[in-house]
Amino acid sequence: MVNKIPRVPVREQDPIIRATNFEEVCYGYNREEALLEASRCLNCKNPRCVAACPVNIKIPDFIKALQEEGEAAAAAVIAEDSSLPSICGRVCPQENQCEGACVLGIKGEAVAIGKLERYVGDWALDNVEGEEVVLSPDAPKVAVVGSGPAGLACAADLAKMGYRVTIFEALHKFGGVLSYGIPEFRLPKDRIVAREVEKVRRLGVEMERDTIVGRTVDIDTLMDTEGYEAVFIGSGAGLPRFMNIPGENLNGVVSANEFLTRANLMKAYDEASDTPIFVGERVVVVGGGNVAMDAVRTAKRLGAESVIVYRRSQAELPARREEVHNAIEEGIEFQMLTNPVEVLGDERGWVRGLRCVRMELGEPDESGRRSPVEVAGSEFDVECQTVIMALGTSPNPLIVSTTEGLESNRRGCLVATEEGATTREGVFAGGDAVTGAATVILAMGAGRKAAAAIDKYIRSKE
Amino acid sequence: MFKVLYKKELAENITLMNIEAPRVARSAKPGQFVIVRVGDEGERIPLTIADYSVDEGWVQIVIQSLGASTRKIVALEEGDSLTDFAGPLGNPSDFVKEPMEEVRARKMLFIAGGVGAAPVYPQVKWLREQGVEVDVIIGAKRKDMLIFAEQMEAVASDLYIATDDGSAGFHGLVTDLMKDLIDNQGKKYDQVVAIGPMIMMKFVALTTKPYGIKTIVSLNSIMVDGTGMCGACRVTVAGRTRFACVEGPEFDGHEVDFDEAMRRQGMYKSQEARAAAIAAEREAGHKCRIGLDK
Repeated sequence: MVNKIPRVPVREQDPIIRATNFEEVCYGYNREEALLEASRCLNCKNPRCVAACPVNIKIPDFIKALQEEGEAAAAAVIAEDSSLPSICGRVCPQENQCEGACVLGIKGEAVAIGKLERYVGDWALDNVEGEEVVLSPDAPKVAVVGSGPAGLACAADLAKMGYRVTIFEALHKFGGVLSYGIPEFRLPKDRIVAREVEKVRRLGVEMERDTIVGRTVDIDTLMDTEGYEAVFIGSGAGLPRFMNIPGENLNGVVSANEFLTRANLMKAYDEASDTPIFVGERVVVVGGGNVAMDAVRTAKRLGAESVIVYRRSQAELPARREEVHNAIEEGIEFQMLTNPVEVLGDERGWVRGLRCVRMELGEPDESGRRSPVEVAGSEFDVECQTVIMALGTSPNPLIVSTTEGLESNRRGCLVATEEGATTREGVFAGGDAVTGAATVILAMGAGRKAAAAIDKYIRSKE
Repeated sequence: MFKVLYKKELAENITLMNIEAPRVARSAKPGQFVIVRVGDEGERIPLTIADYSVDEGWVQIVIQSLGASTRKIVALEEGDSLTDFAGPLGNPSDFVKEPMEEVRARKMLFIAGGVGAAPVYPQVKWLREQGVEVDVIIGAKRKDMLIFAEQMEAVASDLYIATDDGSAGFHGLVTDLMKDLIDNQGKKYDQVVAIGPMIMMKFVALTTKPYGIKTIVSLNSIMVDGTGMCGACRVTVAGRTRFACVEGPEFDGHEVDFDEAMRRQGMYKSQEARAAAIAAEREAGHKCRIGLDK
């Protein structure tokens, strides 16, 4: 009988209105909606959703707890496996993970696991007092590099185990990609990110901003002089890629990282901010991932006609389905099977357009996706004043280049075991710094695994 | 944190500040820079390090206050604090890592233009401490715009001054003074380090090229994070795109595409302001020398 209830739709801001503001798009479920949606879960004996979750959250258990015991019990179940439910409920690609595996999805619509997680996570942020942890002044010290999802999760777990943890953040705000990368309209900064950071701080974790490990202080100094017994590197993947096509250094070509950092971290969309941002009348964003969607929707909100240019077809877009759907609703133009070959400039060196070629899909490549092939003679120009390159990012080499014995692979990613141990004793790593650009939940999971490994390592030394 | 320990106005719109930042002071080397921010909505501003004291835990910056954000910095008084002070960023000057006997054997000339005297000073001072003698040219518009002349006198082997109006030292441009030193005063240099306005560095590099003198310049490109994340500071060096923040800020001046670098510096000047400036220049029948009409 329960199967007859359709998936409870989630309330959202009207697309026409939201395309002009930076308020959150999705309002999330209220209690009534959440309970109705929860009632759709079949509580499978063999829950495929749990296996499909990168950190194996006990999904049917938390949904059942929500129905039978309420939000606090549900939050406690999620907390066993995830420290950032408000965030992951918003940014996880659920359609490829838990919801993609949901049995209900075979014939109908999957349970809205992400929206339920978000509901429980937000409730917990509002209602659960942070744990008070009394740290012994002579507890061992651990340094955490970076305050993104990996660093926050690692620091929180270590603090709960009784370690004295200091997080070192290079920027002036904590949260890493949650602060500088993901836009306000998808992940509110004050309401969600800042409070998740506060939660970790309440556990007794020290946080130092403006500290670039590898420049302000290096790993050796932290371990040899400042008495940190172990270090966790969760420095993410922050280096932008460019295409290396002619005209890429014209005024008006920016990386998505620059564009989003100006908008999110520096709040350049706000008149009170001193940081400038430039869009012009028409913006082209090159790429098809979440960062490309974030950039194009930010450009739209800044008043520009905004276009996505992607070399494969819509089916291959790596972005979350919800973001693509929202972008289309907001009036973003999609130029699929299109690849830029040159940025065109005016006589003063400013962007006036983007020369592109049409592509067609050829044979599948090693990732299983059909690789795009250029259609001969199909060149055409797209007029624009800004080109935003959203082609992916790679880890910053700063720490590797300043730390003896720390190895990275060909792609610049730190070499680490499943548990997070790097090639240097006492130094652990996890998240995008190890995997290359991936997801918040994987980074969070890696941070927690590393915390357990760090605990084991420090105990083994005693 | 980041308290203003000392403040002094060096010239009109040029202010020196010592900032309490012990970690930055301990790690700082000649050639590096910091990123400074004032206020919750403040912009991140890159500034080259002018001096530092490990013992006293401060880093010195010199600010030319021409825009809203730099004015916010100089509005702070002793005892006030900067909101953020991150660094040291960028790579130290090459000579810091080179074998000292090679550096000592080298005849070096530093050319500082305007506030560029501030970042030149720690380099010359550091070299002096290693027993390396170098000559310095400081250029300024007028005598009252000259900064760091006394400090430089104490650490430079020979100090030369050039002013645009001749109110102090050589009457003319730093490039003319450099040519005079080489052509008429028997000076020989193996390496020139030029730090100042982009246009000055461009012309220093053009002037040294025929002499075959290796020339290092320090690029003050637009930056947001200063750690390699944004790519706003992209500059073409020897035909390749480099990030000034993590691969520089110092590069071989003969390889830098200065016209592109100057154009990119103007990226966020408002369209109107740019248009107005160009119109005014054209009306005055003036051929723009600093690339505004590019």
